[in-house]
Amino acid sequence: MAITLSGDQSIPAPPLSSRLTPTQIWGIVLLAPYLLVFLAFVVYPVCYGLWLARAPSNYVALYNDPIFARAAVNTLIFLVIGINIKMLIALFLSGFFAQQRTWIKWLSVVFILPWAVPSIPTILSVRFMFNPEWGMVNHLIFNLTGDDGPNWLNDPTVALTMAIGVHIWKSLPFWTLILMTGRLAIAQDLFEAAEVDGASWWQKFRYITWPSLQMLYITCTLLSMIWTLGDFNSVYLLTGGGPADLTHVLSTLGIRYLRLDQLSLAMASIVCAIPFVLPLMYFMMKRLSR
Amino acid sequence: MKLPSLRDVATEARLLLIGIPVLLWTMIPIYHMFLFAISPKEDAFSGKLWPDHPTLHNFEIVFKQQHYFLRDFYVQFWNSLVIAAAVGVLTLVIATAAAFSISRLRVPGGRIVMNLALFTYFIPAAFLAVPMYRTMGNYGLLNNHWSLILAMVTIASPYAIWVLKQASDKLPVELDEAAVMDGATTLQIFRLVYLPLMMPSLVAIGTYAVLLAWNEYLYAFLLLSNDREITLPVALGNFLAADDSPWELLMTTGFIYALPPAAIYYAFRRYMVGGLTAGAVKS
Repeated sequence: MAITLSGDQSIPAPPLSSRLTPTQIWGIVLLAPYLLVFLAFVVYPVCYGLWLARAPSNYVALYNDPIFARAAVNTLIFLVIGINIKMLIALFLSGFFAQQRTWIKWLSVVFILPWAVPSIPTILSVRFMFNPEWGMVNHLIFNLTGDDGPNWLNDPTVALTMAIGVHIWKSLPFWTLILMTGRLAIAQDLFEAAEVDGASWWQKFRYITWPSLQMLYITCTLLSMIWTLGDFNSVYLLTGGGPADLTHVLSTLGIRYLRLDQLSLAMASIVCAIPFVLPLMYFMMKRLSR
Repeated sequence: MKLPSLRDVATEARLLLIGIPVLLWTMIPIYHMFLFAISPKEDAFSGKLWPDHPTLHNFEIVFKQQHYFLRDFYVQFWNSLVIAAAVGVLTLVIATAAAFSISRLRVPGGRIVMNLALFTYFIPAAFLAVPMYRTMGNYGLLNNHWSLILAMVTIASPYAIWVLKQASDKLPVELDEAAVMDGATTLQIFRLVYLPLMMPSLVAIGTYAVLLAWNEYLYAFLLLSNDREITLPVALGNFLAADDSPWELLMTTGFIYALPPAAIYYAFRRYMVGGLTAGAVKS
């Protein structure tokens, strides 16, 4: 709140006491609804949350909670491995979908479906597909080999990998689409000239595509990391944090503490992530506000 | 007719080698959901790739609310609808006013507000959910539709303002100047010049906010709990509470729930792609 007010006044204009033009009054009136929402539902909750997390004992409790350490590691795996794999696939597929073919146009319409439909029913569909007793996958394994399939979601490593898979399934179309738009913005005559010079596809990618795409690619990767920190559904709906609370990530862990009525622990676990998230958020804000 | 050269065939084959796995990867979870929706209960659990007797019976059960988990289906569907519509309208009103104020009226401090809004946009949603839950409790709004509506407006507005500001920065200043010359008031400029020109972006942002609210699970399940107040996704999540939950009905309801956003997405795809990726691509 203080930031907003001082911001309003730091403009090199006469102080509020002197007359505002009608335009400025309208400007303030029209901006007011958002400012109210911002103060009531962003500033107040954030300050209140930070205040709740102030006691050092919370951090001692977190430190002693093995679930927290596991969740932090899982979150890192999710972000560093999961997101990079996703973005590399998106980069590759964006080249595929940039091909001018009718059937690829149609495929791209289908490809966007995971992004267009809500995540609950599709994630639950995957969850049931891998159910050890009645699921489709183990039925097929049994029919093909005569053996019982593995108990997929009961192994924390497999379960976390599948949660990453579900996340990739859901958000890959979006990033592919964005990178494809970036690719299509590259001047085509560059490729034609390279073709004439006999450049290989790798040389075309290395010297034409990548230089024009790299800034977009890095921005997308960082943005995806920030958003994935807030991805609650992929883990919660697939594994529920289990087995034995071994597949939690920070977003599901915060909600778990909340449901256990340990609000200050929930806030403290989020505060622990702030040093890592804040620079990313600041960088993204600077990039988009130009 | 010219026969395709060997090289063309090889290229096409390589593309198919990518295309077919992409198609399978995309469609399997959705097909699996559809399969359950049209399977009778006994077929659903037998692991068949196509039911022996496809049926719409599951849809009948859902639409007639003939199961314990579905007894409030219509109320919950209505809740989802009302909340999504309210979030769409409120986001549009708040964001359009703010974007007009920042971009066209150049209100003092507008740039700072824009940056703060962008900053909010990058707070991971599940992180904000924790204090938001308590805040709504303090405001006495828990279990009230307004809590979810206001939370979703808070989440949707920053991006909405940013996209609308980008779009309105592109409108020439001369338009406003000419209108002022003709004696138009600020409100008249807003209504008669600004809104019509911004229509494509407004459609995109309205769609964005509606879909965001319709699809939201986490906030809905934290903020609403009463069976007759919750939205459809929360009801779907509640199926998981029981071990013997009727999966074929869950998948049927999920299928019905997924249809409107998919339809809206495809109907407004042109606006969505143009309006929403333009900003992200700007490098």
